[in-house]
Amino acid sequence: MSSFQIDFGDAAKQRIIGIDLGTTNSLGAFMDLTGPQVIPGENGALLVPSVVAVSEDGQPIVGAQALKMLTTSPDRVVYSVKRLMGRGLGDITEELKLFPFHIAEGSDSVIQLEVGGRVYTAPEVSALILRQIRKNAEAFFGEAVDQAVITVPAYFNDAQRQATKDAGRIAGLEVLRLVNEPTAAALAYGLDKRKQGIIAVYDLGGGTFDISILKLHNGIFEVLATNGDTHLGGDDIDNLMIAVALEDIETEWGINIRGNQEAVQTLRKAVIEAKEQLSFAPAVQLSLAWEGKTYQRELTRAIFDHLITPIVDRTLGPCRACIADAKVAIDQIDEVVMVGGSTRIPLVRSAVEALFKAKPHTELNPDEVVALGAAVQAGILSGDVEDTLLLDVTPLSLGIETMGGVVSKLIQRNSTIPASATESYTTGVEGQRNVLIHVVQGERELAKDCRSLARFDLKDIDPMPAGLPRIEVKFLIDANGILNVTAREQRTGKEQTVEVKPSYGLSDEQVEAMVLESIEKAEEDFNERQVREARVEGERVLAAVQKGKQSDAWDELSDEERATIDLAMNELIMVSYHSDHLLIHDKMEQLDQVTRGLAEKMMNTAVGVALKGTKIE
Amino acid sequence: MTCWQCSEIFDDLFFCPKCNALQPPPKDYFQFFGIRRHLGIDVAQLQTQFYDLSRKLHPDRYSRKSERERSLSTEATAILNDGWRTLKDPLERAEYVLNQEGFNIGEQRSKDVPPELLEEVFELNMAIEDLRDGDASAKEQLRSAQQRFAGMMASSNQDLEQLFVRWDSEGGKDPLAAIRAVLNRRRYISNLIRDAEKELS
Repeated sequence: MSSFQIDFGDAAKQRIIGIDLGTTNSLGAFMDLTGPQVIPGENGALLVPSVVAVSEDGQPIVGAQALKMLTTSPDRVVYSVKRLMGRGLGDITEELKLFPFHIAEGSDSVIQLEVGGRVYTAPEVSALILRQIRKNAEAFFGEAVDQAVITVPAYFNDAQRQATKDAGRIAGLEVLRLVNEPTAAALAYGLDKRKQGIIAVYDLGGGTFDISILKLHNGIFEVLATNGDTHLGGDDIDNLMIAVALEDIETEWGINIRGNQEAVQTLRKAVIEAKEQLSFAPAVQLSLAWEGKTYQRELTRAIFDHLITPIVDRTLGPCRACIADAKVAIDQIDEVVMVGGSTRIPLVRSAVEALFKAKPHTELNPDEVVALGAAVQAGILSGDVEDTLLLDVTPLSLGIETMGGVVSKLIQRNSTIPASATESYTTGVEGQRNVLIHVVQGERELAKDCRSLARFDLKDIDPMPAGLPRIEVKFLIDANGILNVTAREQRTGKEQTVEVKPSYGLSDEQVEAMVLESIEKAEEDFNERQVREARVEGERVLAAVQKGKQSDAWDELSDEERATIDLAMNELIMVSYHSDHLLIHDKMEQLDQVTRGLAEKMMNTAVGVALKGTKIE
Repeated sequence: MTCWQCSEIFDDLFFCPKCNALQPPPKDYFQFFGIRRHLGIDVAQLQTQFYDLSRKLHPDRYSRKSERERSLSTEATAILNDGWRTLKDPLERAEYVLNQEGFNIGEQRSKDVPPELLEEVFELNMAIEDLRDGDASAKEQLRSAQQRFAGMMASSNQDLEQLFVRWDSEGGKDPLAAIRAVLNRRRYISNLIRDAEKELS
């Protein structure tokens, strides 16, 4: 007997998936030989609504199922959580007016959300969504998926990026790269086929707006500049329409239904449907039936356009700033790519066309294009995509607070990343052991007007006379757009301890605790995958035996043999409903045993037929 | 250099010729790009070099490599990007060389008024004051001052170009001191332009 040595070669390489973690919808994609493909989820649906609910018995529910619960039990559901990523309580006052977020006690450094009796941070909610996509991917490939590229709005700051990376870790994923959404979209469009040129990507999603201008150069995608607003998107259009309708309803019915979440969420659903239809129809009926009353209004596209003009206009300022920063003239921009569900709106398209004086690209599905691009980036990282390279930038300037609260800029916005800067520090008092550095992100002159990133504490400085230590601090923004700080005392060459106190977000210990908690969940997931695989295998075996029962060989068996086989089949069918994959395998094995005789007879018959066949020839 | 991975001794930049491992990169931008230290750089050629090195050094190319190589790649690409940003811009490039040669801007920065600008500064401040007092005719004065400043910037560009050529051919401290003076002057003038603009808008 000889055995085969199977060389798996490249097949043993770990799979990296691309994930678009959106405000409204999320989805995964992967790279196959023909290009990037979307990973289908449960019931074949592609998009996973970025909605999480908590069931009566405290179990998290993710996606379409959770979305359905929004109109029936809104207090058990949370949506648009991306708006809270990396933010502090102080910066979400506007959000709290418009979204039904329930903030739990103790939300000082990290916002804690109360959902159906459970408490989650925003990264944990995002992790549940990521876990769902990971599960979909694992079911689709029939293998474990542990590595991912996740997209973020280009204009996300350090804290928002860190929060996204934390979410990945909590979901059990190694996040190999955070990619900016507009850049990912450019990759998906395969615009590298055009060897040279300048393109703009206009990305208006559910909750964020980005504009990026890129230069293409023989497969290199070099971002020249990026701008945006991380709190501007389709959500804002919905909220505006809801506010108008609520006022209208109050006038008509004489009652205020704002406090009733079920009514508001039902209205929100109707408003979103109306908004979507208006991209195709010239007019729609917006209606709400509630407690025996009916509200109905005709909404024409003209009224809609008038209503949303201020929102669309808010995107044009960042576009102009971006063009200026990229140092290109509008007529040098060869193409404009549209990304995000909100770019289906005709007014958005015409505004973009008017500004850039170019017909925007809308060939790819704007809901999928970012995930597809993330898959291309995953291909670049795995080495499968060779000639393409992305050179991205940091969207915001990085600085340190100096005397009088003034910001000294170290790394300018739109610098290609990785980027670094070094600064020298010394002590002001004899024997001083610590130096505190306050790092901020933003374009303003004063630290208080910028975004506080973190306070870095240079600790355990050797006691020396004032001004003698020379500590060189290196600020490095990595390829994910995340800041890393290291320090070295120049005289001794000693690496200096740097303690990071992030201004917003989770500490490493907190993330670690959440990761541990999620490993238990991962075991559940793993078990579920094994059960699923066993079921599929079982169905295959059952189908084979069923086919055998149609053959002549079946009739040659004794009644007893036939009964044994039927019994084994029934047993396998029964255990398939259990979630114990070992039991399923046992019964499969048993069925295999009892059908050996049948299989042999079938073989003989087949050989017999074949022999007869030769004779006839 | 001695390879951190296989201990081979070599002179190459970036990669060990024996085991191909990425090596700690040089920190000097000129050395990094493999060009001699000079000021009259051919930017188009530097850009080609920038793209070539990006393809070889970018972290995307090292995601399946060892932790050490991954961090070296981030370090090297940061220097590549910082270097490209610095060297492609004539002013930044000059500042970089001046800094290396001990001609830092130092504490005084642009506070001292270059003597040849004293009169201009005096007149500008007068005009700004007049404008604030409601004298609309001062607007014209500001505009013409702005134009003069723009002209000064343009002529300083030519000065710089000549000084670059001089330093590239003869070296020494004198051309650098002259470049330092031109850069300080420019910094001062651009502040004046900004002041005038602020008043006019």
